Amino acid sequence: MSMSKVSLAVLAALSLSSVAFADDKNGLGHKVGLGQPITEADIKPWDITILPDGTNLPPGSGTAAVGAKLFTEKGCIACHGEGGTGGSNGAVITDIPLAGRGIEATKTIKNFWSNSTTVFDFIRRAMPWNAPRTLTDNEVYALTAFILEGNKLIPPGTVMDAKSLPQVKMPNKDGFIIKFPDRI
Amino acid sequence: MTKRNDITALDEVAGNGLLSRRLLLRGGVAMAGAASTLVATQGASAEPLKEPEWSRYQGTTVEPMGRRSKNEKDTTRILTNPKGEPRTQHARTPHHLLNGQITPNHLHFTILHNGIPDIDPEQHKLVIHGMVKQPIVLSMDRLMRYPMVTRQTFIECGGNSAALFSNEPVQANLQSLHGLVSNAEWTGVPLSAVLDEVGIDPKAKWMLVEGADTAAITRSVPLKKALDDAILVLYQNGERLMAEQGYPVRLLLPGWEGNMNIKYVRRIKIVDQPALSYYESRNYSPLLPDAKAYRFFFVNEVKSFITHPSFGMKLNEPGYYEISGIAYSGAGRIERVQVTADGGKTWADAAVQGPTMHKAFTRFTIPWRWDGQPAVLSSRAVDDGGNVQPLRDEFVRERGVTQKPVTNPFGFPNQHYNSLTSWGINAKGEISHVYV
Ligand code: HEC
Repeated sequence: MSMSKVSLAVLAALSLSSVAFADDKNGLGHKVGLGQPITEADIKPWDITILPDGTNLPPGSGTAAVGAKLFTEKGCIACHGEGGTGGSNGAVITDIPLAGRGIEATKTIKNFWSNSTTVFDFIRRAMPWNAPRTLTDNEVYALTAFILEGNKLIPPGTVMDAKSLPQVKMPNKDGFIIKFPDRI
Repeated sequence: MTKRNDITALDEVAGNGLLSRRLLLRGGVAMAGAASTLVATQGASAEPLKEPEWSRYQGTTVEPMGRRSKNEKDTTRILTNPKGEPRTQHARTPHHLLNGQITPNHLHFTILHNGIPDIDPEQHKLVIHGMVKQPIVLSMDRLMRYPMVTRQTFIECGGNSAALFSNEPVQANLQSLHGLVSNAEWTGVPLSAVLDEVGIDPKAKWMLVEGADTAAITRSVPLKKALDDAILVLYQNGERLMAEQGYPVRLLLPGWEGNMNIKYVRRIKIVDQPALSYYESRNYSPLLPDAKAYRFFFVNEVKSFITHPSFGMKLNEPGYYEISGIAYSGAGRIERVQVTADGGKTWADAAVQGPTMHKAFTRFTIPWRWDGQPAVLSSRAVDDGGNVQPLRDEFVRERGVTQKPVTNPFGFPNQHYNSLTSWGINAKGEISHVYV
């Protein structure tokens, strides 16, 4: 917290020497070099993270119509409810507002998430919970389209692919304050 | 001079019976005691002594894995999902039953989003790629040959103490309220040593770190931190990492939000932008009262709480007690801890256990003479960067409280609470959780 920082900054400056940090830093004067070289092509099967600008989105595409069927077939309904509107693990399609509910407001894809790419990334990485990384890229695009369309974040019938997905406008995109900009 | 050690005659240094921390300095008491014939006792004469049953027969046989006394069987973690249902599992450290600064390995807190993976260290690999000259892969065998460092540091979940965002104090014990923080001695390879040899593109600013767990947990970490004090941890308090702590290798980011300390790390990708992955863009972006949210709340800021006495304990009689607690800061070293026994009207400096370490638990203590009247205990820490643990009204003004009282102490109404914790003691010696 910054509020009381000023009052004690002076005191701290007096007692703090730069040497005091020495035991808190890592440094090595030489290169060890035990890493085995590998190519990006060979890393590909593990390289699943999608960046907000769409970097690393795979080829393929999907629509909400296909996604709606997959949502049942792949068992998503068991935990997220019929049509994704709420089950034991919460709704993925819902209209609950963020404002007016205090700090304990429910954060949803629609009212909180800043990037559409996170939906694709998270489904492909971690869902279905009981069998992650078993969906094809087309299936992930379709499920993503289903969730975005159900949340009215894309017009009905929009095809989700590497080009269209990063362009989806998320309502809360500008709702964030970087807490520690100087640490980045 | 002769009366200096008599607890009943000592002057208090702050309201409601707080005594000077200098009484705890070794030597001080003994020196004065040597010159004194004064004795100090409390209560009527004790019973005559007898030989106890357990010292008459051969004891039980020593086993390969040490076992603690069966009388300590209740010193365990609280679980939120003991049947492993398909959701997150939390295990909270019983700080009210522990002392010192190190959390024993089997009592270290942990959170798993999709269970504990059963990883074969001979097959586990760590790959480093992205904006580098030469991507590399490391076997655990090779990684174990790098120079290692050892340091103590705490790890704290961003959601620790979340129940204190409740508008009414939640009546739950210390373990329930603050059990998602622990402190250990970690040994491993400085990440900088490994990153140094791949040739990082100067335009890169972040790394994406990912685990080999079923949930493939991933977080974006600024390269600044990676090259500063990050460690690829292999050992926990001297033994190989616990399976639930990321065996065979975990990322340690001293002082930073627990979830970022990726367990089972198998991939580090060097990039120019954060991924805004699930956990950083959702769970660990704490909401503010105006519906904006903080993002990249990396640091677990300066904090402290009293462990003894605390909620659920009882003071059986007036007289001498030692108040003891834990202080830590993700931004540096604990420099000072103050304690109040009168709900913040007056404060006294506590003794701080040295040597204090950066981003590690620091035990503080202060002697206290309870007069049997109601009291309110709390502590407040300051780190060497001048960061002061905020008072509750300051904190709440900025970060808010819930609209309705929190009913589940294990829920997460918000993240990153680092304000005070206060224990209210009534005339019967019973302790409740209060706000001042
Ligand atoms: C066995 C239960 C289960 C099944 C089946 C399941 N999920 Fe989930 N889902 C979860 C849990 C648990 C979480 C929260 C994960 C966490 O917090 O670590 C979650 C979170 C999500 C989220 C993030 C929601 C939010 O607002 O935070 C999405 C999106 C999602 N699941 C999509 C899917 C899809 C698509 C499927 C089917 C392919 C699926 N899930 C199947 C349990 C399940």
